[in-house]
Amino acid sequence: MAIKKDKVDAVMVGFGWTGAIMAKELVDAGLNVLALERGGMHDTATTAKYPNIADELSYVMRGKLFQDLSKETLTFRHSPDGTAVPYRQQGAMLLGNGVGGAGFHWNGLTWRPQASDLQLRSHYEQRYGKGFIPEGMTIQDFGVTYDELEPYFTQFEDVAGIAGKAGNLNGKLVPGGNRFEAPRSKEYPTPPLRDIYGAQLFAKAARELGHEPFPIPAANVSQPYTNPYGVRLGPCNFCGFCEDFGCYMYSKSSPQTTIHPALLDKPNFQLRTHCQVVRVNTDASGKRATGVTYIDAEGREVEQPADMVFLTAFQMHNVRLLLLSGIGRPYDPATGEGVVGRNFAYQMNGGVNAFLPKGTQLNPFIGAGAAGQAIDDFNGDNFDHGPLGFIGGANVRHNRTGGRPIGQAGVPKGTKKWGAGWKSAVQDSYQRMMTIVAQGSVMSYRDSYLSLDPTYRDAYGQPLLRVTFDWHDNELKMTQYTVGQAAKIARAMTDHVDVNVRKGHFDTRVYQSTHTTGGAVMGSDPSTSVVNKYLQSWDVHNLFVIGASAFPQNFGYNPTGLVGALSYWAAHAIRGQYLKNPGPLVQA
Amino acid sequence: MKRFFRAFLMGASTAVAATSVFAAAAAPSADAALIQRGEYLARAGDCMACHTAKGGKPFAGGVPLATPIGTVYSTNITPDAKTGIGDYTYDDFDRALRHGVAKAGYTLYPAMPYPSYAKVRPDDVKALYAYFMHGVAPVDAPAKQNGIPWPLSMRWPLGIWRSVFAPAVATDVAASPADDAMLARGRYLVEGLGHCGACHTARGAMLQEKALTDGDGPAFLNGGTVEQWFANDLRSDDAAGLGAWSTADIVEFLKSGRNAHSAAFGGMREVVADSTQYLSDGDLTAIATYLKSLAPAKPGTPALAYSNATADLLRAGHPPTNGARLFLDNCAACHRSDGNGYAAVFPSLALSPTVNAADPVSLIHLVLDGSTMPGTASAPTQFTMPGFAQRLSDEQVAEVVTFIRSAWGNRAPSVSADDVRKVRGSVSAAR
Repeated sequence: MAIKKDKVDAVMVGFGWTGAIMAKELVDAGLNVLALERGGMHDTATTAKYPNIADELSYVMRGKLFQDLSKETLTFRHSPDGTAVPYRQQGAMLLGNGVGGAGFHWNGLTWRPQASDLQLRSHYEQRYGKGFIPEGMTIQDFGVTYDELEPYFTQFEDVAGIAGKAGNLNGKLVPGGNRFEAPRSKEYPTPPLRDIYGAQLFAKAARELGHEPFPIPAANVSQPYTNPYGVRLGPCNFCGFCEDFGCYMYSKSSPQTTIHPALLDKPNFQLRTHCQVVRVNTDASGKRATGVTYIDAEGREVEQPADMVFLTAFQMHNVRLLLLSGIGRPYDPATGEGVVGRNFAYQMNGGVNAFLPKGTQLNPFIGAGAAGQAIDDFNGDNFDHGPLGFIGGANVRHNRTGGRPIGQAGVPKGTKKWGAGWKSAVQDSYQRMMTIVAQGSVMSYRDSYLSLDPTYRDAYGQPLLRVTFDWHDNELKMTQYTVGQAAKIARAMTDHVDVNVRKGHFDTRVYQSTHTTGGAVMGSDPSTSVVNKYLQSWDVHNLFVIGASAFPQNFGYNPTGLVGALSYWAAHAIRGQYLKNPGPLVQA
Repeated sequence: MKRFFRAFLMGASTAVAATSVFAAAAAPSADAALIQRGEYLARAGDCMACHTAKGGKPFAGGVPLATPIGTVYSTNITPDAKTGIGDYTYDDFDRALRHGVAKAGYTLYPAMPYPSYAKVRPDDVKALYAYFMHGVAPVDAPAKQNGIPWPLSMRWPLGIWRSVFAPAVATDVAASPADDAMLARGRYLVEGLGHCGACHTARGAMLQEKALTDGDGPAFLNGGTVEQWFANDLRSDDAAGLGAWSTADIVEFLKSGRNAHSAAFGGMREVVADSTQYLSDGDLTAIATYLKSLAPAKPGTPALAYSNATADLLRAGHPPTNGARLFLDNCAACHRSDGNGYAAVFPSLALSPTVNAADPVSLIHLVLDGSTMPGTASAPTQFTMPGFAQRLSDEQVAEVVTFIRSAWGNRAPSVSADDVRKVRGSVSAAR
């Protein structure tokens, strides 16, 4: 017999960025809010304690803050007729876990997508014709426009104290910023991070080639900053321990450093950690969520009634919970019908390693997750795709996250992988190797989707989520082209350039990106989307599914900026409309 | 704050509670404004610091206090008739608050700062009484048994102490018209309800505060040592006092627990969190104005002046001492090589009164144990410094603290490994 808890107004399933944003907004609206987090508590003072946190072996190699794959993982296969096998070691993607989620150990690149990224199908059809979109590519519009979201991008950036330089203020181009960015209503809340040496070299080379490089918008706050919640952040000191670590300087924007101090002690908020939600419960009609069921730290099944349920877990887990709960029609690639699990997408990252002249001192240990310079000339639809024959693009950049001894001691191609040759190559390369990355978009396809695995189960006996995914010609062409642009910049700096372009099949063993998207996509048509433009389930009006699971396809930027904006956008609609009149916010 | 001294109170009220077996006499109904004013004054007096347990019901007591003579527990001051002060008349209440005498006739341990509360005017005592009788929820929480053995548990010597050290209580007579109203209000709060001297004034041989007012001499608020912390000099001394702080700096500190120079540590964290953050800007300004009016205890001491020499050496990669190297490896990430930290984030070490106090106990304690800033309504972020007790030996702590006390223009005596050992011993014993 399950333990039954007292009903709350709203329950958050997952307590990373989206859970914290939504909880804060609803607590401020006076609701009784409960957040359930499957992992443990993480905070700056204990989890990111200085100097213990700067430990590459524990946090990167052994993934101290990541999901424990022995309890729950994903299975992968390349095509719908293949047999999926479990992802048993951290590789292509690093799934977060615990309070703060991946928002605690991310790097902090915080972009806004292009206006056309949000209306991708309409935009390409209009500019290049309907025939330009290949058969089997299932890209679609988000159902919400950039202009609608603009205030919420601003809100998220203000909460997170993003460091950057505007390139387009209300339609007016501003020198020094990204001239391709969609118009923003105000400058970034903190000035851009100072340029590390490699970024200065990248910017110089890019300028020589006629580009207009700009500082990457960074959630590594450049100076002490107090956000609209009254929460203060410290300044980034370029310690080089952002990615995979918590930030001991209180300077990397995370739920912990921007929201928790103004949320956790509120009387109408509670957080329960080590609670693994196993399903969303619905009433007999299936049209209304009644709460969730979770397994607590002692292995007991607990029923938590709630008037509103928010799936605020990582993209993969949001989709899995919908499938496990039988909410929404699962996607079937054979017929193309059904929606849950449809339009899974990812990112296609490539790049070059430039070996600068001997004697160059990059001092790579001076770094921050998003410290660097970028160009956007080859991203989105900022260039003519007509003769190129692919859709999408990449953000081309140099950002120096650090100079760690294990993972960031690169060597030229052809170097032996051990022994004296390897050692001397590391020694020779450490100060003069810099990477230029082309972080590319991935479109959605009829055969790329998420479903429940028929064979493998998690520690609680529930089916794992199965990922069916492989690279398509469009992305292979895109990365060939954009990595080529990165190589041009590198060659303006040095003759010794190693080019890394992905080919062949998707490989789960090699780290790529944790920017997975889709599976519970937003849209204006219930036959091709799981949630409406306010991230509200079409089927169950008191269920909201927040996060990158809503992206119908992925773009050439890190996703968190849009994830934050969508969270505030949904919160605004819920506070302004839904709470007064619960029901569908959009009529199907 | 001052757990050691607080501890002296207890038992008397416990005995009082035991006598009140009947239901509370119906107290006259008080109007809401009076209750509200009483609540504000209770904040100003920081009554919850001793009378509300962590996670416990407000004012229900039960806070354990370790003392040299045994553990005692604070008492229930809710209006519960059986276990609280529900049967206290106004006179009983006044006698306990300002005279240090419990309803049953016992003298309170002077951890109850009645020598300070004696300054509270009857008008305000009435508001406090109204609040405790009508604004606080009664809680049935019997007093916990104190652990003080006979003969130390005898209370008659406390009566003698009281007759020697407790001042006469205040009347409702307004302040002298010659006195500046702002200054007078500040003095009233600092000397009275604020009982700042309980920690910030040194104690004499009989544990009495050496001065209860500025008129008693320069010992008043010249700093005191409490539980391995040095409660800073609040007079206008330039190096170790508030000479370099503006009135606005003091207000910001009391309101948010931090300012451009420093942050609350030790017992002051609770004082800010439970008391001063709730005071009006007017009262905080009055307190700051009054503190700024206190003449330096050691006039003529030259003010500290920032020097670039240390930062230049550190930046050039030439740490002058082992302590400087330890500073770079352990402290500079946040406090920076220029010692300035970051405003309202990481406290400045350069020219800091805490760093320059003659007594280094706070600095040693902070290095060993770290500290978490209080979360306040205007500054909820609880920046935390980690403790280095596990990482640095006594010698290393002494070296780094000595370096800090002589860097960037700081001018304080060096610290020995022995000094560190003493603090480490009592800090780990208290854990």
